Amino acid sequence: MSQAPSAANSIYSDVIRERWRRPRHRGDLPGATAVAEDVNPLCGDRVRLMLTVEPQGRIAAARFVGDSCAICTASADVIAELVSGRSRSDAVALDVADVLAVLQSEIRPTRMRCVTLPLTVLAKALNGGQGS
Amino acid sequence: MKLNEHTRGDFPILQRIVSGHPLVYLDSGASSQKPRAVIEAMSEYYERSHANVHRSIHTLGEEATELYELARDAVHRFIGAASREEVVFTRGTTDGLGLIAETIGRTLKKGDEILVTELEHHSNLIPWQLVARDRGAALKAVPILADGSLDLAALDRLLTARTRVVAFTHVSNVLGTITPVVEIVRRARSVNAITVVDGAQAVPHMRVDMSALGCDFYVFSGHKMLGPTGIGVMYGRRPVLDSLEPGRGGSEMIKEVWIDRAQWNDLPWRFEPGTPPIAEAVGLTAAIGYLEKLGMDRVAEHERALTRRTIEGLAAIPGVKVYGPPVAVERGAVVAFAVEGLHPHDVAALLDAEGIAVRAGHHCAMPLMRRLGVVGTSRATFSVFNSPEEVSLLLAAVAGLRSSL
Ligand SMILES: Cc1ncc(COP(=O)(O)O)c(C=O)c1O
Repeated sequence: MSQAPSAANSIYSDVIRERWRRPRHRGDLPGATAVAEDVNPLCGDRVRLMLTVEPQGRIAAARFVGDSCAICTASADVIAELVSGRSRSDAVALDVADVLAVLQSEIRPTRMRCVTLPLTVLAKALNGGQGS
Repeated sequence: MKLNEHTRGDFPILQRIVSGHPLVYLDSGASSQKPRAVIEAMSEYYERSHANVHRSIHTLGEEATELYELARDAVHRFIGAASREEVVFTRGTTDGLGLIAETIGRTLKKGDEILVTELEHHSNLIPWQLVARDRGAALKAVPILADGSLDLAALDRLLTARTRVVAFTHVSNVLGTITPVVEIVRRARSVNAITVVDGAQAVPHMRVDMSALGCDFYVFSGHKMLGPTGIGVMYGRRPVLDSLEPGRGGSEMIKEVWIDRAQWNDLPWRFEPGTPPIAEAVGLTAAIGYLEKLGMDRVAEHERALTRRTIEGLAAIPGVKVYGPPVAVERGAVVAFAVEGLHPHDVAALLDAEGIAVRAGHHCAMPLMRRLGVVGTSRATFSVFNSPEEVSLLLAAVAGLRSSL
């Protein structure tokens, strides 16, 4: 078999491909105390983020589910990882640069919403999510 | 000789190299590319003849007016309208549907019913939602069957004496379903409902004839039929246009104005407030001329062959699902598909890396996506310049996708 780089190699980083194939934080989170969901109006992608926030404000666990592309899934997975075990205020401060630093991929402007959708959902969960 | 062998050289943009590959443009359903004739007609208009229309008593104003009205004649002939007064220029399909909804909307009362279908593009749904909400009317949708066709038995159940409007697409921009316009118009007329047809995905690809279809309104966009953005057509049957007050006001659409009232202009200008898209009308004339020279029957035949080849080829690839009516059924130049384990966005991005442009997402038809049980699909659409070789490139690229993420 030829070892020529596939199209995917050239457009997505290994981090994105790995997290798309085997997301570490995907799935339901029973007993979540803050839950939010949003949709990317451009493509219909949907991400739901679930957090268990302890009374003192530490995020004990975070998981996501969704119908989303590789970039959006990887972004949600990274975000769930970055906020787990951190304080609520750390999570609020998380921004797109933090996520991009982990994804290690050049993201075209048309796909930037795929990265930011899970961040929007995180902000929603931390603001209005139930019990937060 | 294949149609694309005639046409390819006429489209300058097809020289583009994308991601190191010659561009394979399979997104004409979103917006088609333009032949040189259209681009040049618009440049020439701007370089030689531009002025405002109708109100200028000088040479350029007269030339611009004449060119603008010539576009109306071209459309009149192209769609088989009974008269040129039935051809109203808009900014596009969305604009035309909005105009119709607002115009008819003023005549609706509480309890009236508006019927759409599950196939509709948001452009033929949201304006009706707004109107229904404002007027206290009910909005209902004709469902589709498993094969992507409209459930006509359900249509019969949904049509009542209260149904005032039946608004539906001629060709689905996702499934490619061709709806039985004549039949739906006949049934709608039996309850005296006004029929509104979204022809955005039909006019670029097949012969359409208003006298044969018999609908009250028919709308489409210039930019999907080799013409420019910013112009569309609202065809309205004369007796219906005559019976309606204008939905929107401004200059051009009036004869005489007082502070508290106005007398409306004659058709078709009564429905064209403001300075119209003049250069775009000139471009549209050129696009129609180009399509007429090819012959719409040949265009349809060429695109049908590409569509069939694509459906059969994709369906033969393991893990690929093709949506819409079976290949034996006549359908539009649209093929929506899904690749198992890949999100439509990623499919489009991966194909783009090979120079192939397809659309991915909900295609502005979220209720239909929900009906299909997906968030989106990938979609290849065809035009006169696409070739069987390009279909082969698409098929080969899709076949290689599953292992690639
Ligand atoms: C079936 C259908 N209706 C309406 C539209 C809207 O057309 P436009 O964006 O030109 O107004 C489109 C295309 O986007 C379409 O495919």
